[in-house]
Amino acid sequence: MNPTAAATDQKRDRWASGVTPYAEMGYFDADYEPKDTDILTAFRITPQPGVEPVEAAAAVAGESSTATWTVVWTDRLTAHENYQAKAYDVSPVPGREGEYIAKIAYDLDLFEEGSIANLTSSIIGNVFGFKALKALRLEDMRIPPHYVKTFQGPPHGIVMEREYLDKFGRPLLGATVKPKLGLSAKNYGRVVYEALRGGLDFTKDDENINSQPFMRWRDRYLHSIEGVNRAMARTGEVKGHYMNVTAATMEEMYERAEFAKELGSVIIMMDLTVGYTAMQSMSKWARRNGLILHLHRAGHGTYTRQKSHGVSFRVIAKWCRLLGVDHLHAGTVVGKLEGDPAMVKGYYDTLRLDHVPENLENGIFFDQDWASLPAVMPVASGGIHAGQMHQLLRYLGEDVVLQFGGGTIGHPMGIAAGATANRVAVEAMIQARNEGRDYYIEGPDILEKAAKGCPELNAALQVWKDVTFDFQSTDTPDYVVTPTLA
Amino acid sequence: MRITQGTFSFLPDLTDDQIAAQIHYALEHGWAMSVEHTDNPHPRSAYWEMWGTPLFDLPIEQVDVVLREVRACREAHPDEYVKLIAYDSSKGRQTTALSFIVQRPAQETEFRLDRTEGHDRLQRYRLYAA
Repeated sequence: MNPTAAATDQKRDRWASGVTPYAEMGYFDADYEPKDTDILTAFRITPQPGVEPVEAAAAVAGESSTATWTVVWTDRLTAHENYQAKAYDVSPVPGREGEYIAKIAYDLDLFEEGSIANLTSSIIGNVFGFKALKALRLEDMRIPPHYVKTFQGPPHGIVMEREYLDKFGRPLLGATVKPKLGLSAKNYGRVVYEALRGGLDFTKDDENINSQPFMRWRDRYLHSIEGVNRAMARTGEVKGHYMNVTAATMEEMYERAEFAKELGSVIIMMDLTVGYTAMQSMSKWARRNGLILHLHRAGHGTYTRQKSHGVSFRVIAKWCRLLGVDHLHAGTVVGKLEGDPAMVKGYYDTLRLDHVPENLENGIFFDQDWASLPAVMPVASGGIHAGQMHQLLRYLGEDVVLQFGGGTIGHPMGIAAGATANRVAVEAMIQARNEGRDYYIEGPDILEKAAKGCPELNAALQVWKDVTFDFQSTDTPDYVVTPTLA
Repeated sequence: MRITQGTFSFLPDLTDDQIAAQIHYALEHGWAMSVEHTDNPHPRSAYWEMWGTPLFDLPIEQVDVVLREVRACREAHPDEYVKLIAYDSSKGRQTTALSFIVQRPAQETEFRLDRTEGHDRLQRYRLYAA
């Protein structure tokens, strides 16, 4: 039976078959007032020539929620207004022609509770390849407490980690074992022992040290824990080595984690490359078994670095705090890897504060209330050394793991000496700060004075004094503080 | 050996003036302070003996009050480790903010490592004071 002509010959409206602009389908609403329960996003959109910014924003809202390319009558079987994401603000980016920030609101019902995999499949699942856009970047998200509370977050958090390790009032110190590939298990454990007995709190597997032909994971774990325990006996301090449990399958990751637990390791690590579901599984495992969980952000630079396309690292940091890691690499400002100071401040705030206020100069587009979710310890790693201690303390603060790989192992007097240099430098700087001195300005003097009683620090300052990595950042804020006349 | 627990163990032992400066910093932040001592600083020993109850609500002019307790504890336990702790009770912290050793015994504790052979090259470690 065919429908009658009268039934199909309706005037062109929202439900007419065919292609209707997204904005007209309800995916743009300038008057929409976001609800407290909505998840909000800020996307940087670069429409193709001829595409209106509002239509591009509506398309992003549509494709990241209910829409497809054409009208479907089956929408009418649902309370569709509820499920449609709504772009509610589209504003040009200052100084960046053709780029706009589109703010989009999503109803909480669109997301499965406690699932980063689901959240990301929705928000970044389909839209990034959309032809009508030249480029698209997810700049920030506001996660409402209603959704935050469906996660438990870090297995331990900064407070519990410090109590566990009995280390307070100063940055923690670590080093990645180098060379990162090629050492035999016994030589590897030697580096662990020397660095820890010299004064570091942690040593670390690198992201790509998993279980290669030259050193299998089990042999590495056995020798590393020998180094850890010997160093504890030498110093009377709790020490740890991040054992990388990254593997091809979840079953193998659990097997490695279980072995690390059996050895009595205080900490394990994994790489961002294992994916959100695997990370969330390991987070629950780490809470259940009492091991601190370190996350290396391996691979993130492929999508976080470019200004106009990808996902900002502050969003990755938010997802990782929700899914629950205790440590996350978040930049050094002064080291060898990308990191504009203002942007890095935004990442650190996102990981550590309970309430992060909107702050466009640091790239923060929304107020974020973490509702007492434990904080993540940021990790600064890559091209840092003892001579930068005043800068590191000023930019990164006290709740941070400073990881000196080359800056420990490359020390001319040996690995333990390199570790000692870093530890003396950090303690001297904290002491000076607490005494009320302007440690940032006086930093070089403070270090020089501390080096008088410490040949290890003296040698470190001599070797690395002129090493800086002064390159232009690619990911920088577009919004700057306007100087006021007053 | 030198036990390297605490915030400033890699620096030369702090003088009383230097300790006073750290106390000042803690009182500035409104942190409570307490003194603890022990003859066994095992790295996992979370509970040293408390030298009285923590000192709450001290104004910054009263740095001496804390220093007096440090000295009294040292006198009463000259052969033990003494540490000074600043505690931050603010929401989201509610934990120790600073903790450093202010006296070491003339003869420091030595730790030894015992091992028991387990299965498949696994070893059980036991750390103990010699």
